[in-house]
Amino acid sequence: MTVKELVDQFNLEVVAGPDLDKEIDGAYIGDLLSNVMARAEQGNLWLTVQGHQNVVAVALLVELAAVILVEDFDYEENAVQRACQKGVNLLKTRKKSYALACSFCESKI
Amino acid sequence: MSLQKQQILNKEIESFDFQSGGEASSNLKNILRKLGVPSQTVRKTAIITYELEMNVVIHSLGGELTALISEEELEIRVDDSGPGIEDLDKAFTAGYSTASDEIREMGFGAGMGLVNVKRYADQIDVKSSKEEGTHVKVIINLTN
Repeated sequence: MTVKELVDQFNLEVVAGPDLDKEIDGAYIGDLLSNVMARAEQGNLWLTVQGHQNVVAVALLVELAAVILVEDFDYEENAVQRACQKGVNLLKTRKKSYALACSFCESKI
Repeated sequence: MSLQKQQILNKEIESFDFQSGGEASSNLKNILRKLGVPSQTVRKTAIITYELEMNVVIHSLGGELTALISEEELEIRVDDSGPGIEDLDKAFTAGYSTASDEIREMGFGAGMGLVNVKRYADQIDVKSSKEEGTHVKVIINLTN
């Protein structure tokens, strides 16, 4: 599934979408950047409440498919700018991580 | 690549520059990819350099990241100009951090930085003093 297909299926908001054709391979949930760096895998979706600019650096280094900011948190403006420049997809939703992860599981993501 | 080490990156890291934080690691990752270094090694290196780079951004007055490569190994040097790590043993203890609440709220300061570096490095040497700052040297083997 591509990020574009995910956005359509789960009604996610695209805050920065420079590369929506990226293929998704699993997901990781976490808010501690060291853990995400060490544990998330290439192609993962990253569900988090962190919306600052260094999230983009982590997403880029791990080569994540997209960041999904949950619970209606907002990205900082410089995070959005950096994501557009670096080709990182930033999505958001009102849902909680657990609810979103459950719906991803049902769809075998 | 020869037996002698060649410098492939030298990048300045500024204190509290979250805008550029991760750039040195990202640059090195791209260079290693171009050199044909195996992806598992590139991933390991990215974890190590990101942690060390963000330590410089968060805790130091500024520094630099240098990478050298030979056929056998990759050497990462991260040098900062202070203020130094007060207790090195504690700094290598999982969960220990001197980061402020503000930094912790950003998802840093979980006390896993140097722990992760040690886990993924084949060799690590850290020297730190108030006068001369912190100097980290990490070796990643390329022949396995």
